[in-house]
Amino acid sequence: MATLKILVVDDEPGIRSGVTRILRNFKVDYPFMDEMYDFEITEAATGEEAIEQIDREQPDIVLLDNKLPGIQGVTVLEDIRNKKYDIFVVMITSYASLELAIKVTHDGAVDFIPKPFTPQELKSSLETITKQIYLKRMARKMKHEGKQIRFQFLSVLSHELKAPLNAVEGYLNMVKERQLGTNLNDYNDLIDRSLKRLHGMRNLILDLLDLTKIESGVPSQRPINTDLVEIARNAIDTMMPFAIQKEVTVNLDAPEKLVLMFDADEIEIIFNNLISNAIKYNHQGGTVDITLQHDDHQTMISVKDTGIGISQEDQERLFKDFVRIKNTQTKNITGSGLGLSIVKKVVELNQGRITVESQPGQGSTFNVWLPAPQAKDGKPLSATSNTTSQS
Amino acid sequence: MKKTILIVDDDMDYLYQLKLKIERFGFEVVTADSQHEGEQVIATFKPDLAIFDLMMENEDSGFVLSYKMKKKYPDVPVILATAVTAETGMSFDLSEESNHQWIKADLFLDKGIRGDQLEKEIKKLLKI
Repeated sequence: MATLKILVVDDEPGIRSGVTRILRNFKVDYPFMDEMYDFEITEAATGEEAIEQIDREQPDIVLLDNKLPGIQGVTVLEDIRNKKYDIFVVMITSYASLELAIKVTHDGAVDFIPKPFTPQELKSSLETITKQIYLKRMARKMKHEGKQIRFQFLSVLSHELKAPLNAVEGYLNMVKERQLGTNLNDYNDLIDRSLKRLHGMRNLILDLLDLTKIESGVPSQRPINTDLVEIARNAIDTMMPFAIQKEVTVNLDAPEKLVLMFDADEIEIIFNNLISNAIKYNHQGGTVDITLQHDDHQTMISVKDTGIGISQEDQERLFKDFVRIKNTQTKNITGSGLGLSIVKKVVELNQGRITVESQPGQGSTFNVWLPAPQAKDGKPLSATSNTTSQS
Repeated sequence: MKKTILIVDDDMDYLYQLKLKIERFGFEVVTADSQHEGEQVIATFKPDLAIFDLMMENEDSGFVLSYKMKKKYPDVPVILATAVTAETGMSFDLSEESNHQWIKADLFLDKGIRGDQLEKEIKKLLKI
């Protein structure tokens, strides 16, 4: 049995004693938890008193009335946030305007209980919170133990995998029930859409494999003499059908050869993702310019497109797992939302860095800098100079 | 007269399938494929019921739409459709989801719901 400390902050003694009474013998137990939770309750009648008790007792949960005689509930909430306490705050309030709701949500309140509340409402809110506290503690424990289990990643992943499954399942059921009649040709669109969703799902799985490989860490890196230009050309060739379809011209400005000690798979990941994005998010008839430059210290890869561009706000989120910039221009483009986060991880694994410059409506440029690894003889290995261009 | 249901979802396949399904229940269907488009529809048109996807352009698109809907037409029932259920213990963002529990849609539905169940829920909300 584990005990969570709850502080009830309300100026009405009736509410405080009511909460205490309701929760006195209340226990939360979920099948996935390894122990039951019960609650120890303390009370405060004012915000001032609450802050003092929070400093002293460090409760796990605070049930907070907003309307208090002295300082308001939101002020207590701000204080908790400023002190960075790990406390789940539930607002108890008779009337929540949207403004107040947004403000307190922003300040870290996790739930609302309307006043007056039934014992059941209070209990179910506490059930949810207990579950969250449990999961948060488990996550922290697992992280502490070095198990990189990422709840958020897994849950978004399950969402991303479920969406295409739902779509395909829905279409198959339509076929099964002959919803469009008995003429097989009437089902062509629906079959094409199903295949497209399956294709997207396959790409997601391939990206996941890349990610797993990277996240498992450095030991999988196998640096060998790798011709970056050759990899760039191969990547362009792979994307060519797609580029032709969108009438996008792809130019490569690079030396004849650029042989350096890198893991070829990783370099491929960088080129494949950047080039396919540059085509995917381009306008019909656009251009992609790929530049490879190097000196003794570093290699710079630049992929510039004339596509839809990325807003400043979106640029900041761009490299995170499962971030797909959703707007009317991107809604018909499929993607796993993993590509750029994978690229960033690979680049960082090689002690490099990646930046993006973009103007919405005009295009984006992704720049990657990789420090030049030294070849066995101590010199950077490269055969240089003959600049060629291929389109 | 047939009742009209507004569906807003950015997954074009789900939108198409749901539209067919609901038309077969005997309703008119109006669709929008983004929060933005959904807002435009609401501005000029009052449906008898609305079904919103939760995550579209923004993580909380569905919440925003249901808020705007309830503000303009308090009597129109709203269903929020989500692909990730809290029951799995792995909702997409624990803090986000609970953050928003205070917004009251009439019903949360899992996107994988069976047709006959969906029909029952809709008819219950429309009191028919």
